[in-house]
Amino acid sequence: MKKVAVVGYAQHPILQNAGALNEVELIMPVVHQLFADLGIYQDDIDFTCSGSCDYLQGAAFAFVEGLSAIQTNPPIKESHVEMDAAWAMYESMLKIQMGDADTALIYGFGKSSPGDLDSIISLQMDPYYISPLWPDRVSLAALQARVLLDQNIITRDQMLAAVIEARVNSKNNKNALITDLIDESEYLDNTMISSPLNKLDCPPISDGSSAMIIASEDKAYEFTDHPIWIEGIDHRIESSNLGSRNLSRSNTLQVSMGQLDLNNIKFDVAELHTQFSHELPFLKSLLNLADVPTNLSGGPLVGNVMMCAGLDAIGKTFESLKENQFKHGLAHATSGPCLQHNMLVHLEKQK
Amino acid sequence: MSAEDTPKDYSESPISLEYQYTAGSATTRFLNQVREGKLVGQSCPKCKAVYVPPRGSCPRCGVATDIEVPLTDKGCIESFTVVHIPIPGNPIVPPYVCAMIRLDGTNISFLHLIQEVDIEEIRIGMRIQAVWKPKEEWAHSLENIKWFAPIDEPDIDVRTLRFQEL
Repeated sequence: MKKVAVVGYAQHPILQNAGALNEVELIMPVVHQLFADLGIYQDDIDFTCSGSCDYLQGAAFAFVEGLSAIQTNPPIKESHVEMDAAWAMYESMLKIQMGDADTALIYGFGKSSPGDLDSIISLQMDPYYISPLWPDRVSLAALQARVLLDQNIITRDQMLAAVIEARVNSKNNKNALITDLIDESEYLDNTMISSPLNKLDCPPISDGSSAMIIASEDKAYEFTDHPIWIEGIDHRIESSNLGSRNLSRSNTLQVSMGQLDLNNIKFDVAELHTQFSHELPFLKSLLNLADVPTNLSGGPLVGNVMMCAGLDAIGKTFESLKENQFKHGLAHATSGPCLQHNMLVHLEKQK
Repeated sequence: MSAEDTPKDYSESPISLEYQYTAGSATTRFLNQVREGKLVGQSCPKCKAVYVPPRGSCPRCGVATDIEVPLTDKGCIESFTVVHIPIPGNPIVPPYVCAMIRLDGTNISFLHLIQEVDIEEIRIGMRIQAVWKPKEEWAHSLENIKWFAPIDEPDIDVRTLRFQEL
């Protein structure tokens, strides 16, 4: 495998409602910021890949308009994934491995405020057996939370701790949407949305965008003196048939862990794309991260831009490694109901 | 066999989603001017291209088009098509003409209707001007312009309208 590094990352402040700002107006400042930080231009980028969801905008091929946020003349090589931009990063990684590019710009954007996110996410699921039932994302997550609680894999106290810690950690994240602290009684008094998940167990509706640049070994040092290397990356999908899944475990994550040899790495930090409070203790135990500081950015519970939050987990891990005396970081991105599709990224800072 | 027992070989699952659409801050500025009967394009600070209706960025350069450019309501037909097929719910009776309108001083065309002329006479490069609805009916919409109609000016060679690199 060719060595590839994350060299830069920028994030729009996460907004509850971006109002009149459209998607292009959300992406442009972030990409400009990233270019300015690194002192580069679009001409320095070989491949551009974005992640977004047309259903969020409610228009076919809406992602094409997103391209208006970046310089496309002279013509550029670009692609798009109808997924979280973490997978745009994966595609870019492949492009570099294939020798088609040495540098890639990745951006993701999501404006959840204009529509009904529950219905929209429902349409992202299996179109034959699940979408026609219109299950909302919170109810599906609650299904898994219930299984995990009933089997004593996680506890209610761990969910409470995840919510409280997310608020505490939001102080590390200048772009966090939710920053006010809460206590146990506030949590317990909160309205149940879909048992066992109350409002605070769920991520806030968020608008925003993020961008990242990755580069091959040859180019990385041209962009920064401190590249953070992608030492391993793996993504796998559980069955789309919810009824055939055992929600108390994740076979595919186990396989990914083996591929990345995670059990032999001492991680200093992890950022997990855990949108619901129960997912944090579940994944921490699954990934053997019990003693690893996790979601120091607050994670999706303090700001969850759809189609960005996975890329943000990678970006926040990158930032943590850059700014601290950390060596190994683990980032996780997910999509689909009940942690169906998961990506793990092992980032490493080398001397 | 009762109705409930009749096997179904299909099921319907209608999909309907509602959105609070926002035009974007740049297009909002444009529509606020259209509300007053004015056409104001936006220009790219880098390549100077003028866009109408503006979408907020120059898709060539990827920068915000924050320079406002007042425009006339005159231009030419860059391309057109004669529509013969009725569209359900559309009050216009075929045949009618949809044209790409290139306003003077702009670098992009937009779609609108051509009326007040025999279809046979319509041609690429023909000079046209907006025909506005009565002021009382103006809203935040390009429908404030009923259609474009020919004016008595010499045709333009549309090849000269191609964007010139600076």
